[in-house]
Amino acid sequence: MSIDMSQFHEAFFEESFEGLEIMESELLTLDVGEGDVEIINTIFRAAHSIKGGAGTFGFMNVSEFTHVMETLLDEMRAGSRRVTQLTVDALLESVDVLRTMLEAARDKNDVDEEMVAARYAVLNDILNAEGGSSVESGDTAEVVAESVVATGQQVWSISFIPHADLLMAGNDPVRMFRALSELGELDATVDLSKLPPFNELVPEDLYLSWTLQLTGDVSKGDIEEVFEWVEDDCELSITLLNDATAEATSGSAQPELATAPVEASDAVLAEPEPTVKSTELEPKKKAVKAKKATESASIRVGIDKVDEIINLVGELVITQSMLDQAGEDLEANAELSASGDCGSQKTNADILLRLSKGLAQLERNTRELQDGVMRIRMLPISFVFSRMPRLVHDLSSKLDKKIELVVAGEETELDKTVMENIGDPLVHLVRNALDHGVETPAIRLAAGKTETGTLNLNAYHQGGNVIIEIKDDGAGINKKKVLAKAIEKGIVSSTDKLSDSDINNLIFAPGFSTADVVSDVSGRGVGMDVVKTSINKLGGRVVVQSEEGKGSVFTIRLPLTLAILDGQLVTVGGESYVIPLIAIIESLQVDRAHINAVAGKAEVYKLRDEYIPIIRARSVFGLEDCIDDLHESLMVIVEVDGAPVGIIVDDLQGQQQVVIKSLETNYRKVETMSGATILGDGTVALIWDVNGMVNVHKKKLNKGAVKA
Amino acid sequence: MARILVVDDSASMRQMVAFTLKGAGHNVVEATDGVEALTQAKSGSFDLVITDVNMPNMDGITLTKELRSLPNYRFTPILTLTTESSAEKKMAGKQAGATGWLVKPFNPDQLLATAKKVLG
Repeated sequence: MSIDMSQFHEAFFEESFEGLEIMESELLTLDVGEGDVEIINTIFRAAHSIKGGAGTFGFMNVSEFTHVMETLLDEMRAGSRRVTQLTVDALLESVDVLRTMLEAARDKNDVDEEMVAARYAVLNDILNAEGGSSVESGDTAEVVAESVVATGQQVWSISFIPHADLLMAGNDPVRMFRALSELGELDATVDLSKLPPFNELVPEDLYLSWTLQLTGDVSKGDIEEVFEWVEDDCELSITLLNDATAEATSGSAQPELATAPVEASDAVLAEPEPTVKSTELEPKKKAVKAKKATESASIRVGIDKVDEIINLVGELVITQSMLDQAGEDLEANAELSASGDCGSQKTNADILLRLSKGLAQLERNTRELQDGVMRIRMLPISFVFSRMPRLVHDLSSKLDKKIELVVAGEETELDKTVMENIGDPLVHLVRNALDHGVETPAIRLAAGKTETGTLNLNAYHQGGNVIIEIKDDGAGINKKKVLAKAIEKGIVSSTDKLSDSDINNLIFAPGFSTADVVSDVSGRGVGMDVVKTSINKLGGRVVVQSEEGKGSVFTIRLPLTLAILDGQLVTVGGESYVIPLIAIIESLQVDRAHINAVAGKAEVYKLRDEYIPIIRARSVFGLEDCIDDLHESLMVIVEVDGAPVGIIVDDLQGQQQVVIKSLETNYRKVETMSGATILGDGTVALIWDVNGMVNVHKKKLNKGAVKA
Repeated sequence: MARILVVDDSASMRQMVAFTLKGAGHNVVEATDGVEALTQAKSGSFDLVITDVNMPNMDGITLTKELRSLPNYRFTPILTLTTESSAEKKMAGKQAGATGWLVKPFNPDQLLATAKKVLG
């Protein structure tokens, strides 16, 4: 029976990566010293499953590597090895190696053998160093010894005296004899001497014993395999009566002991089993290679979410039939009134009432269904947060700092796509907080703080957004230093009036890095501006609040989903557009007195204490702009790269949730637009990319194409 | 054609074992740990139980002991899936009442051959 094992690979990889995550997070909670047996058990089980699966599905390198880890864990589990920081770290690093190996196997890439070998060496050193035994590579030794293959015809005599309770474990001599008869010609003689009189007979006990004679091309190993499971439940002796081949005829009916040398000589001729195994695996590996190494994106959905949707669809069907009925009644009425019969018909008013009720219900159903379907794509943020304990653990030892990580709101749900893209920015922020934020124990103590710093990771829902906070109780942002640096780099000029919050948020400006020495941990080229850009790309925002000496809080605000957007509808040149609500700070009516023209070119608006650039949407779109005087025009103030910008629009309409359709897939990329949507009346409205609009505006400004 | 209960916390192993057995015409019920398997076993009857050893909630050894204490499963063949070929691990299963074992890694052919050994 040939089965394509590659069909199980996806499941295997999925659960193996999950297993690695479990191992990682449990290793991080494992205390040095005795070690919680339950935790070690969980880690052991995960390793064990990976090892078993890898062996079965033909990833021998993974299986062998995990075997070494498992041995170490087994010793810890049995209590014969103490949990040391060294072991935990070694296991954590092994988890990384294992992940690399699994990824390579999944993507059909070659694995870095040197790295694996180095890790092997470390693990073996630990195993050899203190207690426990070294691991021989696999269990081959035993297999080789068993794989004695005989040639020619042999006559075996088997004396099989089962213990009375042999049947109790579900074994059955009949099945064993059947297996033997498949090996060769079987002759069985039963010994009934121990059978008690019927009234003394215990029906569940076995009283019989047998003498069997097996003739054929059979090795002793083959026979032993048949009795493998019962060898402790019976008295068994297997003797070679007569070897039909020319050699090895040194006496017939030898006692069992004497057969051993014969086997040994046979073993030389025999092909060891492991070789056979590996050749068997070859074609399978090739077949796997043929398959394209694509990772089909799949998502695990809780059954409750699916049930909820099914339930909602059910309600939708009910609403539909209710509306159907109302429609039919209306039709019937129309016919009746046409024929002049106004007798017992239901009044139109009555039907209309039902109709409007039905429509209201439809609206509710649709909204609930939308929510339900969206929730399918939602995953708890623990998917991302779970990476952090490891990060904090590794970094704090690298930086010689003491840091406690406190995580809250792990169950907060977030769209899968948003989740996948928020991981790296989040890691960067955490690194940043550990590296630049939290001080070394000595400095902390000197500042009157506790020796151990605290890093809080918190996530929660607020309105239609997900808020993620990264809070440390470290040194906070040194505003003087930041400002000096920003001036030095030409990001701001020394004459600019900046609020404290403005200064703090300067760290997000492109090309900004305050670390005196570019450290190994953070600030390796990628700055906070990249973090900000990635978050903006997701339609989110990030701000920092900081108090010197007390710490900083980074707050990330993300949309719940990328498929739906809360938008402000505006009109420009007779067309409707959508501005993402998350980008809008406020909307106001322009007052002439606050408009200034800078250098005769760009217009700025004095908004309270600051001047903000004005962008005319009409001119960005190349539309005729006949309004010279912006007085009483409507201006939407949006945030672009942390700074407010006023965009002049013709009219403001309502706010609405819109479903985002990609422009790129349906048309092509448009610089000023991030997507499109279909409005209630069926018209298409484009969704603004305010960053893109500012860019286009600047380009036009440089060319002098914008009238000032 | 037998009713077989397959118990393993690893989805890929479970799938592989179930797929192979179904391919040979058997009726397969799956369980993810010992507790679930015990519930399944109590609510139905099986001709063979194949169980992993290391599982959360209830391991394969405990499951075997529990099953043997049920009147319906006194003689039902129970096979344990184990990665260790060391005698002591095999014996742990035997002592709990398992009929035999199958050492991982195994291929579908070995699985079917072993299942055949214990199915009437």
